[in-house]
Amino acid sequence: MKNTKENPSRRNFIKKTGITLGSLLVSSALPPFNAVLFAANKPTGKGIWYGIGIDIEKCIGCGNCAKTCKIENDVPPEPFFFRSWVEQYTIKNDGTIKVESPNGGIDGFTQSVPDNEIEKSFFVPKMCNHCYKSPCVQVCPVGATFESPEGVVLVDEKYCIGCRYCVQACPYGCRYIHPTKHVVDKCTLCYHRLKKGLNPACMENCPTKARISGDLNDPESEISKFIRIKNVYVLKPHLNTGSKLYYNALNQEVR
Amino acid sequence: MNPEFEHLYQALSKVDGYIYPNEIELSWSILIVLYPYITGLVAGAFILASLERVFNVKSLKPTYVIALLTAFAFMLVATMPLIFHLGKPFRAWEIMITPHLTSAMAIFGFVYLWYLMVVLLLEIWFDYRADMVVWSKEATGLKKWLYKAFSLGITDISPESRKWDNKLGYVVTVIGIPSAFLLHGYVGFIFGSIKANPWWSTVMMPVIFLFSAMVSGIALVMLVFMVINYIRKQKIDMICLDTIAKYLFYIIIIDFTLESLDQIHRLYEAEESFEIISLLMSGKLFVTLLIFQVFFGMIVPLITLGTLQFYKPKEKVRQFIYLIIGLLVLFGIFFMRWNVVIGGQLFSKSFYGFTSFKLSLIGSEGFLMASIWLIVPFIILAFLLWLFPPWKKIHEENIMVE
Repeated sequence: MKNTKENPSRRNFIKKTGITLGSLLVSSALPPFNAVLFAANKPTGKGIWYGIGIDIEKCIGCGNCAKTCKIENDVPPEPFFFRSWVEQYTIKNDGTIKVESPNGGIDGFTQSVPDNEIEKSFFVPKMCNHCYKSPCVQVCPVGATFESPEGVVLVDEKYCIGCRYCVQACPYGCRYIHPTKHVVDKCTLCYHRLKKGLNPACMENCPTKARISGDLNDPESEISKFIRIKNVYVLKPHLNTGSKLYYNALNQEVR
Repeated sequence: MNPEFEHLYQALSKVDGYIYPNEIELSWSILIVLYPYITGLVAGAFILASLERVFNVKSLKPTYVIALLTAFAFMLVATMPLIFHLGKPFRAWEIMITPHLTSAMAIFGFVYLWYLMVVLLLEIWFDYRADMVVWSKEATGLKKWLYKAFSLGITDISPESRKWDNKLGYVVTVIGIPSAFLLHGYVGFIFGSIKANPWWSTVMMPVIFLFSAMVSGIALVMLVFMVINYIRKQKIDMICLDTIAKYLFYIIIIDFTLESLDQIHRLYEAEESFEIISLLMSGKLFVTLLIFQVFFGMIVPLITLGTLQFYKPKEKVRQFIYLIIGLLVLFGIFFMRWNVVIGGQLFSKSFYGFTSFKLSLIGSEGFLMASIWLIVPFIILAFLLWLFPPWKKIHEENIMVE
């Protein structure tokens, strides 16, 4: 058989290949095939959609938030498991940075750097950022980690297989493997309290009201005003995780 | 102090700089080092087998079946370290029945099954079907029944049916090559797609994993081929052995180039994570990365195999060199996996400090358990070689006569 342009079998082959590849391409853009597009999606939250605000200028490093969190959520008491912790940043005169968080800040802080060497020092409370393009949700192989309709990232502990892929994927170190349950555990923004109309325990117990949370979709909510009025910034914005934890007065050294 | 947490308190005392409080213990340990190592051996061995079949490298003929059986033996074990590492091993099947499609890990079960069932099993079956029919007539006892069962009752061994076996086997191999690429490229993607970790997050990761897989797989088949010949007291086909070594040399060049490119790129761009990563490479990973992986696993084999392309010492000497180089390559690639998996977790994602890792001797994540997962495939391989000895395969001519 001649291999000419008129050769119908060849033309058919190209046609069929074209159709197959084309339809693969189109279908890959459709749900549920758009798996690769996860982190490129826009937020879809309607109704209440929780965000968090932490004012670094107000934090006094008392560690109440971290302590309360452990009690409220039965977090193991050992200093290797935290849903919420506080970091003490000290920037020295020579430009070096010292970060400390002994027992997550639960027992309070002492300053280990002599006063005359300190340029500035501040506390940074840390917790789950409840990202809306959350890397942990993206990588969970069974969907045990998910985002609630209210924008809270939760874990189904009856479903988690304990593969720890999410622990690797979280850029903020907010997840740990529960030593007795053998599944992953993390901040739920005290979802059990939110559902009853209460504040998360860490916010309820903050003596200086340095932490707030609320509905990002309501322009009159405390959190919306906080974001509007203050110079807020999220952690590691270049990773495009869609973090909903906004810090006021965040230094660029904080990671 | 609860003794259960003693190792964590020890690790806490060894923290260097600042790490997030949840980062003391490494999430992925030696078992996850084995996972890419073993799947890499599978993919590499299979690609060597395909060289003979699809790319018609005739001198590799004696290794074809050995490579397939080696790939199969390791493939059977590949999932074991993964399952044993899970916090909830009995929920492992959830990954198959309710896969979460945005997760790279969710697809593993399917990629694995595709490769095991569709590629490896089918190819071996087509290759051995006629042999099993003949053997089932000669053998006695258990072997006879195993052959009967495995031939699935298709007893036609006419030249016509042999031709079909061959044809279909060829088709499977052609499908198998992209599948092998998929299998290991995909394993690389599991690490390469984690944007939180700058040591892993590189688009090169799947390609690097693929080529290092080929390096380790070829080295493994070379060793197995040599050992089989020693045990059977057969003279080694030196043309075949030299050809394997030649391909090993070529693939190491590509692998070395790709890995160097990745590191040079990292150095040149010197992003935010640069400081912590250079501390990692010159500190915690110095021995396993620069000495074990790069020097012993790459530079020494590269120079030795390169020299052998021009200068050929006596056969016995060459065999000895290949033995040492094969072992060095396998050692080096193991530490390549180690440096990726363990190295990527030693530094904090805050980039302000390091945690430490100590491999325990016992326990499910211990050295002994890990060794078992590396020894079991060889036991399976020995069994496969006993059941399906490549050297007893019936040649085309004999079947024609029959």
